[in-house]
Amino acid sequence: MTNPAADVKNADVVFITGSNTTEAHPVIGAYVKQAVNRGTKLIVADPIRIPLAEIADVYLQIKPGTSLALSNGMLNVIFAEGLEDKEYIGKNTAGAEALRELVAEYTPERTAEICGVKADDIARAARMYASAGAASILYCMGITQHVNGVNNVYGLSNLALSTGNLGKPGSGVNPLRGQNNVQGACDMGALPDVYTGYQQVGSPDAQKKFEDAWGAKLSGEKGMPSTVALPAVLEDKVKMLYVVGENPAVSDADNQHAIKAFKKAFLVVQDIFLTETAELADVVLPAACFAEKDGTFTNSERCVQRVRKAVPPKGMADWEIFVKLMNLMGFRCHYDEPEDIFNEMAALTPSYAGITYSRIEENNGLNWPCPANGHPGTPILHVGAPIKGKGEFKAVEWVPSQEAQMEGFPVLLTTSRLQHQYHTRTMTGKTRAIEEHCPGSFVQINPKDAESWSIEDGETVRVSSPRGSVEARAIVTDGLKEGTASMPFHWADSANVLTNAEDLDPVSKIPGLKLAGVKIEKL
Amino acid sequence: MINIFLNGSELAVKEGSTVLEACKGAGVSIPTFCYDERLKAEGSCRICVVEVEGAPKLMPSCSTLVAPGMRVLTHSPKVVKLRKKLLELMLSNHEISCLQCEKAGNCLLQDYAYEYEVDTEKTKGRKKIAEYASSNKFFSLDQSKCILCGRCARTCSQLQANDVWAMAGRGFETEVSTPFGIDMEEAGCVHCGNCVSVCPVGALKPNTRHKFRAWETRKVRSTCAYCGVGCQIDLLVKDDKVVGVEPAGGKSNNGLLCVKGKFAFDFINHKDRLTEPLIRGEDGRLRPASWDEALGLVAGKTKEIRAEFGADAIMGLSSARVTNEENYLFMKYMRAAVGTNNVDHCARL
Repeated sequence: MTNPAADVKNADVVFITGSNTTEAHPVIGAYVKQAVNRGTKLIVADPIRIPLAEIADVYLQIKPGTSLALSNGMLNVIFAEGLEDKEYIGKNTAGAEALRELVAEYTPERTAEICGVKADDIARAARMYASAGAASILYCMGITQHVNGVNNVYGLSNLALSTGNLGKPGSGVNPLRGQNNVQGACDMGALPDVYTGYQQVGSPDAQKKFEDAWGAKLSGEKGMPSTVALPAVLEDKVKMLYVVGENPAVSDADNQHAIKAFKKAFLVVQDIFLTETAELADVVLPAACFAEKDGTFTNSERCVQRVRKAVPPKGMADWEIFVKLMNLMGFRCHYDEPEDIFNEMAALTPSYAGITYSRIEENNGLNWPCPANGHPGTPILHVGAPIKGKGEFKAVEWVPSQEAQMEGFPVLLTTSRLQHQYHTRTMTGKTRAIEEHCPGSFVQINPKDAESWSIEDGETVRVSSPRGSVEARAIVTDGLKEGTASMPFHWADSANVLTNAEDLDPVSKIPGLKLAGVKIEKL
Repeated sequence: MINIFLNGSELAVKEGSTVLEACKGAGVSIPTFCYDERLKAEGSCRICVVEVEGAPKLMPSCSTLVAPGMRVLTHSPKVVKLRKKLLELMLSNHEISCLQCEKAGNCLLQDYAYEYEVDTEKTKGRKKIAEYASSNKFFSLDQSKCILCGRCARTCSQLQANDVWAMAGRGFETEVSTPFGIDMEEAGCVHCGNCVSVCPVGALKPNTRHKFRAWETRKVRSTCAYCGVGCQIDLLVKDDKVVGVEPAGGKSNNGLLCVKGKFAFDFINHKDRLTEPLIRGEDGRLRPASWDEALGLVAGKTKEIRAEFGADAIMGLSSARVTNEENYLFMKYMRAAVGTNNVDHCARL
């Protein structure tokens, strides 16, 4: 996030898209509701009529996969009506002309047709967003988990840049990160193309820096992302998978296909429970959970905060396992405690260089970039000017997803999350009240579709895609448009049996989990 | 800044602050029930009253602003007498069951009754009927313990912005209620438990299976392990087990939590936790193994595959659930010890 979570309360307008905020990030959802109660205007664009849509000033129930078209359509109105921030664009951006030309084709009328909403509503949303003193964009996986996920994000950053909504309170482009330390895992270089702090693999300087610090020869070749590695197992290019603290046998797109890779490779799984993935493993290593070890997590707003050991570990702390394995591999190393690891990392990572355990304590958390001791941290990015100097507009065309054009699979299925469950339920599923409240999967469909398929509310139906087929309880609701459906992904035999793992975003290699062509039938 | 006189001592305080804030800043302890710095001051419980020279009656310090030259007495005989009377009245219809009450040791009513030496026999009143019937599986409301401070209702309305709770009825019949007394589920409760966390007495409490007294527990400040908001929490620990979670005042959560952070902690001590390594045996089944055997097998297999197919035939998937230190170490393991950049995690999924 460019801005802190609570900063949404300073916005005059909040634009939420692809985020069911009150369900997936409930505390931020509460901040949005607080803001609306105090007069902040709210725009929601989402295929699912999410709870926040009920209190929105403009609600755009777009078809799944049309976010980029909506952004381009809003930009069309902004430029056509001269609502852009000309001074900000002139001083702080590059590429405005190409964008202006491209979005000229996205008239509200044409965009309305693509998105399945009213042209007037698109124009109203654009005017509301562009006329605000400060407008904040909140987005989540509904934007990124598409085969054009990166372009969807460009569409939103174009909106913020064109209206100067960056670098000030109540503004920003704010992706809400789904997992407690997904921001930290990225920052720490648990990615195939970067070391810590996004220092590039392939940069000779970065490589030498880490080789010198670690006393090891490193590969200069970028590695594989996970979505490429699993197919590579089936092509015999990858022979061994070491999976730490995740359950891709449930959470991966087309999980039945992923399971074939887990069965074929030599699989090591390190986790706190015998998950669906661990059940397929050749070796299972019992780990310690967050309450059983010291360390830090970095939250969605880039705030580094402490995790403290409260109870003894049932397994072994993950860091201790890694130290043992390094030594067994002949790479000698020793750390007394996690703080030593943090200090080694911070010394190699400019954005974390000024962060220490004692400073985290003193400051009640520190937001990176925090380049030096004494630096107060950076809650808001791009203050004064974009960090790179100029914010680049990206003129990108919307193209319809293949999933929306498949013969025999006419329904657009989007995946969802429930407030009470978390990811693949390995943790939430152990609390009885949660399981009683959210006992199982379901598929939500529109009343007219239900009628034409002769399906009644509560009936078990079959949902199929070219990848597979599942049964689920039907919930008939006008929260979804005709021709669209939604299903939570928390259960092993639900949405991810149906999603497509082959078609990936060309840049991020993310699969289009939020849009799968399906058919729904009476049993 | 302006100057006031607090219990006779001159004190510089920020203009626009309340008498209660001035007292807090000066380290003078004032009892409060309905006050919460995140909420609009309501001044309804009256326990925070102070004597202000020239004022015709005692003033609630939470909603009285400081003024230049103001002379405030926080514990004058008049103030103490009124606080004592208020506590007597609150206790007159309170179900005094501190021996059984889970809140004992962490209850403001109990603390103040002790501090102000309240005689609970002096005033006796009618008691309310205890339970509020609800299908809520996460927490319950015991009206017989409620002191009507309204913090739950104002937290639900002003912070959670959900308006499930409100104060309904008049006089003795006043109570915390959903709109028209409908079921909490129907009223749109999301079970965040923020009302439970602010209840100063034993009226709202988690439906927990853990039995503990406040003085048996210690608090460990940590960060919630669910979504990316990064709420600050205090883990309540008794006998090396986590028995509860309370919200803390983090930058991102400001003392709020959701249903998962507040109530979904049973996994920590769950019977299904893995405690020893497992290795797939000849028969195709997973069998228990020692750490030496399991880690030896992982390292051995890694070396074997690397020798035959190269380091890039090995893929490591790190975790968005483990700490920064562990992510750093895992990518260092893959890059420096195994020799490949094939390291990723579940950011996309």
